[in-house]
Amino acid sequence: MRKVAADPKGVDSGSHFMDGDHALAEGALAAGCRFFAGYPITPSTEVAERFAERCPHVGGLFIQMEDEIASIAALIGGAWGGQKVMTVTSGPGFSLMMENIGLAVMTETPMVICNVQRCGPSTGLPTLTAQQDMMQVRWGSQGDYRIIALSPDSPQECFDLAIEAFNLSETYRVPVFIMTDETVGHMHEKVVVPPAEQIEVLDRNWYTGPKEDYRPYDFTGNLPAPMVKAGDGYRFHTTGLTHDERGYPAGSVEVHKKLLDHLIGKIDNNVDKISKTEDSGLGDAEVVVISYGITSRIAAKAIADGRKAGIKVGAMRLITVWPLCENRIREIASKVKGIVVPEINMGQVVLEVERVVGGRCKVISVPHAGGAVHDPEVILDAIKEAVK
Amino acid sequence: MNAPMTDEERFRKENPMSEFLRMERMPHIWCPGCGIGTVVNSFAEALKKSDLDMDKVAVVSGIGCTGRVAGYMKFDSLHTTHGRAIPVATGLKLANPDMKVVVVSGDGDLTGIGGNHFIHAARRNMDITVICVNNFTYGMTGGQVTPTTPTKANASTTPYGNYEYPFSLPFLADACGATYVARWTSLHARNITNSISEALKHKGFSFIEVITPCTTLYARRNRLGDGLDALQYYHDDSEIVHGADTREVDIEFQSKIKMGTFVHREKPTYLEAVNTHYANVIGDEYQLYGKTTPEREAEKKAQEQANQGSK
Amino acid sequence: MRFGKLKQKTGIVHINKLWCKGCGFCVKYCPTGVLELSKEYNHKGYHPPYVKHADQCRLCKFCEVICPEFTIYVTDEEEENHSA
Repeated sequence: MRKVAADPKGVDSGSHFMDGDHALAEGALAAGCRFFAGYPITPSTEVAERFAERCPHVGGLFIQMEDEIASIAALIGGAWGGQKVMTVTSGPGFSLMMENIGLAVMTETPMVICNVQRCGPSTGLPTLTAQQDMMQVRWGSQGDYRIIALSPDSPQECFDLAIEAFNLSETYRVPVFIMTDETVGHMHEKVVVPPAEQIEVLDRNWYTGPKEDYRPYDFTGNLPAPMVKAGDGYRFHTTGLTHDERGYPAGSVEVHKKLLDHLIGKIDNNVDKISKTEDSGLGDAEVVVISYGITSRIAAKAIADGRKAGIKVGAMRLITVWPLCENRIREIASKVKGIVVPEINMGQVVLEVERVVGGRCKVISVPHAGGAVHDPEVILDAIKEAVK
Repeated sequence: MNAPMTDEERFRKENPMSEFLRMERMPHIWCPGCGIGTVVNSFAEALKKSDLDMDKVAVVSGIGCTGRVAGYMKFDSLHTTHGRAIPVATGLKLANPDMKVVVVSGDGDLTGIGGNHFIHAARRNMDITVICVNNFTYGMTGGQVTPTTPTKANASTTPYGNYEYPFSLPFLADACGATYVARWTSLHARNITNSISEALKHKGFSFIEVITPCTTLYARRNRLGDGLDALQYYHDDSEIVHGADTREVDIEFQSKIKMGTFVHREKPTYLEAVNTHYANVIGDEYQLYGKTTPEREAEKKAQEQANQGSK
Repeated sequence: MRFGKLKQKTGIVHINKLWCKGCGFCVKYCPTGVLELSKEYNHKGYHPPYVKHADQCRLCKFCEVICPEFTIYVTDEEEENHSA
């Protein structure tokens, strides 16, 4: 894969005061995304609006499709047409996208999907924050597969992770999700956009060999095959059916196993390269708070208060939520008394943490039904409980 | 040492369709007497006659019997999810405007589950060609009722006869803004080819409906005989009415079938509208994928001159 | 009628019996009645067509287009002889 500097046309360098949604759009443009298909939904619409405004000036195309199903379908066409592509949505639209997320996974189509989470189920609290789609992003489409999901905690990180998301999706040929939330999406903060030459973006891994040897798939269980784009004479085929390396349907148990081993392996075998966390105070910690997105900023207050009260508490912020950094969590679990997992849902990522910890230490869930962030006191109480 | 070719291998190699079909995937899965193969042949004939660069043709299909067309045709091809061929084709066309994108799919796929996409692509005059193989049934799942199944016809989910009102697809396409609309039956292979030729040349949303037999399900359930009986019906009861008012071309159970080119009009395509609008609003610095409109036009002109020179 | 030096076109019909599903479209819609369904079975159990009146083929290639199985094609006799 070729590392290149960002195309300066898409980079609005300088210091800005902007919300997370706008920062996502800027990050995508900086990453080289020039095709966006979307459908309005609160609280994600600002991303689409920003993109629509910036597009004609930076050489990109924005289309508002008839629904979210069409939006993600258009991304699949757009990616095979040769563009870096993105869409953005929230809960109900995310549900509509599920089937074609599966198609993107199956056809190993790189794309970035942002979910600015709001409260569900159903229409729920459309304008209020939540982190309730964390399991949906992991398991929402039918069948077994792996995806990558990132969770920014600030508008600056929305910008940074948008670039990271594109780079990951090009490397692993997988849909990459930016699972932000209404609070981060609508929060205005300082966002520094570096000069284009300081932004590292990955070009698509283009195939350059002889046409007759091209195979759109390579089931190595590790990095995927290079891609081609429509119109270059490779006459590729791609399908949502179980397929062989040529992309042709192959309805056998053996081929299906090989395919699935690859789709899962390319992520599972690279967890250490993909996964990023921000850790603090882990050295002497007896309790560790594992959180992500906006909740980690609330947890930071509880952790500071805990330290003041003499509790040895550390923090692990999951920048990459999926794949979960299981080995690192296991390592922490064997050293501490307890792990506290606050999240704005009724306990989702905590289920995976519990599984990974496997009884090595206490795991305390701090759920929140959504619509607001936690009261830091509640997290502090859980920290006190964990250290007992 | 190369083994001598068996007859079948030679046939795969020497068949003129080998330029258009992934011959290694033949024979196909379609039933005896099915019309999809004829439509594919007619499409290939139209491509043969066109001056298109075959590397710039893409075929997109949804799910179902006709959904398999993308996998059999030797072009850049995407076999997508049920009903979503049109938005995938839209994305492909917009991301790579040099492509000639053709959607080949069935009636249930395009106008049932994918109906919303169909009407909006027509409304936008998206520059794609849509070939709808209409056999009045969901074949792959066993003969259920579709949005085009004529009233009174029997389907596995209307076992006592269909009581719904069907879509007349040319009327639907016309009403939604399609700029080229034609209908034929699979017996009229030459006419299908001519229509597809026109559609490939046409700028904007072109729609061709081909009435085809589903012998295994629709014909059997309705006691209409085999493929030959279906073609006989098309032969006896079809009528060419070019330019017909699309309000008057609906098909009832085993009724007369009006066919021909119903709509052929000029209107800026989606991308033309985008480019013209932004060139007006933003000016010469407006660009799409790294090229400004004057640059694009100069390139196009040079290409056209080069083409004329080579002729 | 006389057409000067114009010659009738004659085609050679190539049939791959293996893919045929015996729909009979080619037999029925050949305008000059070149083909007929054979009594023999192919490995799928269908009766594929055979060329009964080879000299009648006028190279219209309608059998090639109407065949849903891509299992018939027609070549120009003159070109075949020329290239052979």
